[in-house]
Amino acid sequence: MSGQEHNMPGMLAGLVAVARRDLLLAWKRPGDVVNPLFFFAMVCTLFPLAVGPSAEQLTFSGPGVLWVAALLSVLISLHSLFLSDYDDGSLEQFLVSPQPLPLLGLGKTIAHWLTSGLPLVLVSPIVAITYRMPGSVVLVLMLTLTLGTISLSLLGAIGAALTVGLHRGTALLSLLILPLSMPVLIIGANTVSLAAGNETYSAGVWALAAYAVGALSLAPYATAAALRISNE
Amino acid sequence: MWKWFHQLASPPYFYRIVPAFSAWLMVPGLALIAYGTYAGLFLAPVDYQQGDAFRIIYVHVPSAYLSMLSYMILAVAGGIGLIWRIKLAHAVAASAAPLGASFTFLALVTGSIWGRPMWGTWWEWADPRMMSELILLFFYFGYMALRSAIDDTAKADKASAVLALVGVINVIIVHYSVTWWSSLHQGQTIMAKGGPAMDPGMLYPLLAMIFGFNLLFGSLLLRRTRTEVLFRERRTRWVREMILSPEGQS
Repeated sequence: MSGQEHNMPGMLAGLVAVARRDLLLAWKRPGDVVNPLFFFAMVCTLFPLAVGPSAEQLTFSGPGVLWVAALLSVLISLHSLFLSDYDDGSLEQFLVSPQPLPLLGLGKTIAHWLTSGLPLVLVSPIVAITYRMPGSVVLVLMLTLTLGTISLSLLGAIGAALTVGLHRGTALLSLLILPLSMPVLIIGANTVSLAAGNETYSAGVWALAAYAVGALSLAPYATAAALRISNE
Repeated sequence: MWKWFHQLASPPYFYRIVPAFSAWLMVPGLALIAYGTYAGLFLAPVDYQQGDAFRIIYVHVPSAYLSMLSYMILAVAGGIGLIWRIKLAHAVAASAAPLGASFTFLALVTGSIWGRPMWGTWWEWADPRMMSELILLFFYFGYMALRSAIDDTAKADKASAVLALVGVINVIIVHYSVTWWSSLHQGQTIMAKGGPAMDPGMLYPLLAMIFGFNLLFGSLLLRRTRTEVLFRERRTRWVREMILSPEGQS
């Protein structure tokens, strides 16, 4: 940008600062990070209880169950993404700051992924082993979950920005985000299933990667537009 | 031409001309639907494979078609409202959502009734079109829920427009991912790809129904938008003057 003053920080400075602040906040309040993980583990515990613990049943439904549980766990952590910033007025400072709003929102989204998606990916092998998933499939699961949760964080940020400040926000957020997240779930869970059945699965991984890249390049603008609207 | 478009976007002008427009769409629309219903039920030959059960196509296909068209209208109108700040476009989007949801629901119900004799099941999870329609219905629900959750109309308009635009990209991705997914699952679909060309006796009533449904949809959309405009402009002077004037009493 040409009209900038000399001592103006670069475009990424805001993104880094916002992400760093959110990570610091998460570090000080580890419960916010850990609770969705417990939720994930518990949903994965419910399924064997409901459908039976037989080995065939678990290997067959494992990829789907883990993916659904991961999706729901990301979903419950999304509600608070912009909430505290909305309540204490930081969000309005984002809007008036000279830093580009899509990048500030992206900073928050990156921090959200680092505190929700990434821990999920790291915890998933433990749950996957209890579902009798072989090691090679676990790696595919982790890879698809990594790509998938990036997309979910980015998509979810749009929903969180649209519903921030609404009273009935939580249920509404699920209603908005779940249809949007279905492609990620379909491709993610079925890619793991294909890998478990010793079939070629690389197409699914590429599709997830493409979705993540597409979401990374488009979603921040939608999030920024939604934040502006929510703060009118 | 452009001037007329600008004039059209003005709420009082729109409110005045809609009844005539709507009637011009409604009358041929109903005539086409009446012809299509009669011809579809009595004149069209019996299908060699599906018997009389195929006749539900005359409601199913137009509904499915409108469910998607309505979403496109909703998204395009939302985009126009967001970019050029035309209030009328937002009113169109708000009116299109319940109509689209209704036609989506109708398409799902008729598809389900059709599936019972054809596939032997009310619901076939592996059919990509059914899944896409169902997810589309969820989109409509989300869209309407977001609209009703925001009290401020201007804010609800913009927020739902953003959602519709995000959704329109996603609807396409959903469609392809569901198709890919169902090809994994080997659906039991009896209907072969690129089946036999349709008999003209079957096709013409279907075309009549599709056009008729379209015209009816256009007419209903205009009427709903007109009501929506009246509601949104309820505090303005032209509404008060119109209601107080002798012609406005009707």
